[in-house]
Amino acid sequence: MSEVLVVVEATREFGVKKVTLEMLTLARELGTPSAVVLGGTGAAEALAGKLGEYGAEKIYAAEGDEIDGYLVAPKATVVADLVKRVQPAAVLLASSQEGKEIAARLAVKLDNGILTDVVALTADGTATQVAFAGSTIVKSKVTRGLPLVTVRPNSVTPTAAAATPAVEQLTVAVTDTDKLAKVVDRVAEQKGSRPELTEAGVVVSGGRGVGNADNFKLVEELADLLGGAVGASRAAVDSGFYPHQFQVGQTGKTVSPQLYIALGISGAIQHRAGMQTSKTIVAVNKDGEAPIFELADFGVVGDLFKVVPQAADEIRKRK
Amino acid sequence: MNIVVLVKQVPDSGADRNLRTDDNTVDRGSANNVINEMDEYAIEEALKIKEAHGGEVTILTMGPDRATESIRKALSMGPDKAVHVVDDALHGSCAVATSKVLAAALGQLNADLVLCGSESTDGRVQVLPHMLAERLGVAALTGARKLTVDGATLTVERQTEEGYEVVTASTPAIVSVWDTINEPRYPSFKGIMAAKKKPVQTLSLADLGVAAAEVGLDGATSAVVEHSKRPPRSGGVKVTDEGSGGAQLVEFLATEKFV
Repeated sequence: MSEVLVVVEATREFGVKKVTLEMLTLARELGTPSAVVLGGTGAAEALAGKLGEYGAEKIYAAEGDEIDGYLVAPKATVVADLVKRVQPAAVLLASSQEGKEIAARLAVKLDNGILTDVVALTADGTATQVAFAGSTIVKSKVTRGLPLVTVRPNSVTPTAAAATPAVEQLTVAVTDTDKLAKVVDRVAEQKGSRPELTEAGVVVSGGRGVGNADNFKLVEELADLLGGAVGASRAAVDSGFYPHQFQVGQTGKTVSPQLYIALGISGAIQHRAGMQTSKTIVAVNKDGEAPIFELADFGVVGDLFKVVPQAADEIRKRK
Repeated sequence: MNIVVLVKQVPDSGADRNLRTDDNTVDRGSANNVINEMDEYAIEEALKIKEAHGGEVTILTMGPDRATESIRKALSMGPDKAVHVVDDALHGSCAVATSKVLAAALGQLNADLVLCGSESTDGRVQVLPHMLAERLGVAALTGARKLTVDGATLTVERQTEEGYEVVTASTPAIVSVWDTINEPRYPSFKGIMAAKKKPVQTLSLADLGVAAAEVGLDGATSAVVEHSKRPPRSGGVKVTDEGSGGAQLVEFLATEKFV
């Protein structure tokens, strides 16, 4: 079977991201998965165990400051060279900002079609995408070149399949043009133990109804009790209740967790765009006519400042 | 500083949007077409840079004739002029071909800085800045929440999942912006009137030296095979809190095995 390249997405703090495991799982149905690690020196060694656990038969590593010290251009050059050499059956990247950006450059370098935000991919290269705020399901294919696909997190259930990957260090031969956008500083913010928003199995979001930044503690408390991530509607972010990187919706993150809980969110289409493919949706809102209830599998019409503390107590009792 | 802002006309994201049944492209005919919301932040940023450093702001749009409405709207905010790439052969172009056309147009505009929104609300693909940078051999600084211009040096703060990065590049460069970067101004009455008289140059594929066969549905590098409307979610149980709403909520979560 031919190789399928999976461009690994990982964070410094938590290692291999779940979407990478999803891609390896998907890649096993299309061919033989090879993981491509692009990062600082030693990145591949740190990630190899997890990648092997999910079926990476091989790991290609491009490491060092030439890769890590710039925005995506050097990474794209390395992957493009690798694609030309190994002629894979497909290239999978995460549908994150970085994954999409590497894919964008690959598409131009290789004069190849690109499909983003893919939620399923069959062996014949047919991809499923969800468009227009989750209202439309699209099946599409790359018609020039190989399937170059970015996979949306939480699309595939990762399953382990142990392999013992050999690591091949790639020669990093990037040009000056690849080094035009230099990263001069990386600042960590909002560190914590909560899962990353787009990858979380449970997301608890607050909206305008939460009232102020301080009250978001209530949203965080419920999220922590459920092991979830915290999200916020655009109205809440615009009002300064919660930072922008947690915004769910049209101009923020798209999430598709097992459980989405909307607190004090009316459910404007801009918000629904980011969450309506969630498996189960629960809403608490004092306005019984709020459009969020049209989506909710379970809705409580009531004051979230009464409902949420009671729910939190009830969860603690059951633990 | 010579600044070009990429502006796209999109179907209103607040209304029902569809793909056409005949050729699987975005149905723009029946939609309420508006300026891509994200692009307004790029225009605002361009105007602020012009106000601080001088120069000229040009709007660049690729789209059908009706995109003129969005170009005038963009101009009413304050840019100096616009370039509209319009050609029937462009209908159905994929992102790869679109980047080829826009790169050709940018090649004629001699921009120091190209600004755009981080995504369009229709496709949400987010690939254009890097595709253009790849074709033009310039830097792409994407997802800016803050942009500082100091002579020919650009410094961008960009949100990441773990915090933020500070990235620098020299002009010429492409910068895409998020909606946290500024608060776009509303066009004034004077601005709206002035926009009607501002120059809008139209360019065809021939003007750009791009062959019709490289764009449109025939030249596309990917194709929609089929599409369908996702069945709308139907609301489930809705209870009114009469003192036990929180407990009922948890009971639901328990039956769904979340607690």
